[in-house]
Amino acid sequence: MLFQLLNGLQLAMLLFLLSVGLSVVLGLMNFINLAHGTIFMLGAYTGWTAAQLTGSYWLALALGPLASAAIGGSLYALLFRRLQGASPLKQVLVTFGLIFVGYDTVRLVWGDYALALAEPAGLAGNVALFGTPYPTYRLFVIGLGIAIAMLLHLGLERTRLGAIVRAGVDDRVMVSSLGVDVDRAFVAVFVLGCWLAGLAGVVAAPVLSVSPEIDVSVLILTLVVVVVGGPGSLKGALAGALLVGFADTFGQVFLPELASVLIYGVMAAVLLFLPGGLVPARGRR
Amino acid sequence: MRLTSSVAVAVLTAAAIGCAAGAAAQEAPIRIGLLMPYSAGPFTAIGTEMTDAFMLALEDANNQVGGRKIEVLKEDTTHKPDVAQAKAKKLVYEDKVDMLIGPVSSQELTALSDFAKQSKTPLIIPNAGDNEATGDRCSSWILRTSFSNDQISRDMGKWLVGRNLKRVYVLMLDNKAGQQVAAGFKRGLTASGGTVVGEQFTPVAPTFDFGPVLTRVREAKPDAVYAFYAGGLANAFVKQFGDFGLKQTIALTGPGWLVSPLNLPAEGPAAEGALAELNYVPALDNPVNRGFQQAFQAKYNRVASEFAAQAFDTGKLVLAALQQLGGRTADKQAIVQALHSASIEGTRGPLRIDPRTNNIIQTMYFFEVRKIGDKLDYAVLGSIPNVQDPPNGCKL
Repeated sequence: MLFQLLNGLQLAMLLFLLSVGLSVVLGLMNFINLAHGTIFMLGAYTGWTAAQLTGSYWLALALGPLASAAIGGSLYALLFRRLQGASPLKQVLVTFGLIFVGYDTVRLVWGDYALALAEPAGLAGNVALFGTPYPTYRLFVIGLGIAIAMLLHLGLERTRLGAIVRAGVDDRVMVSSLGVDVDRAFVAVFVLGCWLAGLAGVVAAPVLSVSPEIDVSVLILTLVVVVVGGPGSLKGALAGALLVGFADTFGQVFLPELASVLIYGVMAAVLLFLPGGLVPARGRR
Repeated sequence: MRLTSSVAVAVLTAAAIGCAAGAAAQEAPIRIGLLMPYSAGPFTAIGTEMTDAFMLALEDANNQVGGRKIEVLKEDTTHKPDVAQAKAKKLVYEDKVDMLIGPVSSQELTALSDFAKQSKTPLIIPNAGDNEATGDRCSSWILRTSFSNDQISRDMGKWLVGRNLKRVYVLMLDNKAGQQVAAGFKRGLTASGGTVVGEQFTPVAPTFDFGPVLTRVREAKPDAVYAFYAGGLANAFVKQFGDFGLKQTIALTGPGWLVSPLNLPAEGPAAEGALAELNYVPALDNPVNRGFQQAFQAKYNRVASEFAAQAFDTGKLVLAALQQLGGRTADKQAIVQALHSASIEGTRGPLRIDPRTNNIIQTMYFFEVRKIGDKLDYAVLGSIPNVQDPPNGCKL
């Protein structure tokens, strides 16, 4: 049972890293970015290339997220900025189209076959927990997720940018009428979200392996987490990730026939009773 | 004067038409339609690899038979049955191909086989393993050069029991292929005295996370795990199996796709010691396979997988049939008969088509993934020749 809890927690942390960027962007900018999974994938592939060239996982962990952030930033500057006030349908169509572009680009550059990113030597293998081996790397994922969650929380509560973000989610018009450039803040948040997606990509790569299919498979889960957790908040992303992570894990254990449907069932149930998600953002415009 | 000149004109015109007709008859190429997923779905890599290997086989005969060039027309099925059928129609009605080869995955198989039967076009299945295609739904227009899911799985149980691995946990995807492979394996295992300690049809979930499943497997304490996954899922499964430390007490087994050459580089040391059964192993030591692997590796810089081998053997079979026909393809029934009666030495050993089911009769190999030198390679541990599907509802 302990190990299933750890499995669930590990998945939850991965989902959290993925969804926090998407959630905050959705809550703040009302911007639906379906290309989030592609940014995750590109971070993973860039990390893979970095690891291939240097043999170092840690370098991959440093460069993959940077690449994702850079790609996200350029996408924003070139494309998303113009879509800011547009109808959700337009945003969905454009970002959905980017999924195909990303998929074929990846296939062109890196080929069709699944690629492996090895865990760093220090984290490979397993530790004995109560006499049973559990993969060390998964413990690392859990630790990293918790650390990032705490850092983000501190950032939100203690920095000026964090204050702007929190205020902007509540009432964007008021904040900009106070003379604060909300758009710049939002860009910073968007790029940070992409950075986190890239981080998730490199962190997940040793477990899931890197292939062109991961962008869509991960995107679906991330959207479920965002919707369940409530868009726009860190706590929401965390709550959603935990719920979905544990539902998926324990679903596979206790109700394997229903497991694939279970997370959508959970999503439906949450939306029925808590339409705003587990942690609804207040006062969304 | 006028009579002679008009006669001369008539003679010259007739000669010209005669030459043109002769030239046209010589030039009309043999056309083969390839229906593979080239741009979408999890099998795109396999589609490309199979096409490459098929073309390699045709090159051996200089792409021609009986003075006629062989033209291969490739169409992308995008892994969807309706698209596959639409492309098949185009190939047959517009491009007038003499035969169709495809698909890669059983998902598109029913649509293609229905069309082949209805349009009376020879269809050669180079990969998809759905039992029914050479079972309940067989037809004289359809033949298969790859395998049936039952063929791959039913003898593994007995072999495992022979190695004292009697208690097995079965893991597959919850789709048709998984169900058929599992059914074949379980039948063979229980008939030889083994037991299925547990089984789980893992959902085709968005995550590749096998943690929960592997934890359950460990609790059941089996002797071995029989797992059927392919592509990225296989990589994830094998690596996670190693990560959870299960390799020390549980043998990792499955149909050979689990440790295919396409996946082995990504799986790394985690795949070492895996036991598998398949219709092809790159290490097979026969002249055809050696030549094939050499040519493929020289051209594409990687070890040819079982899918490439199947495609190469398909190419050789098609060539053998066409040579038997002298390159004449006007009579589709004759093409079918020539394909069915062809028997060749393929990369997998001797190959021929079973007249009762139109499925291939081939050798099955048992092998282990071992470190040979400084890389991972396959060591063939045993084989069963002439593996043939028993009667399974096919009425030809």
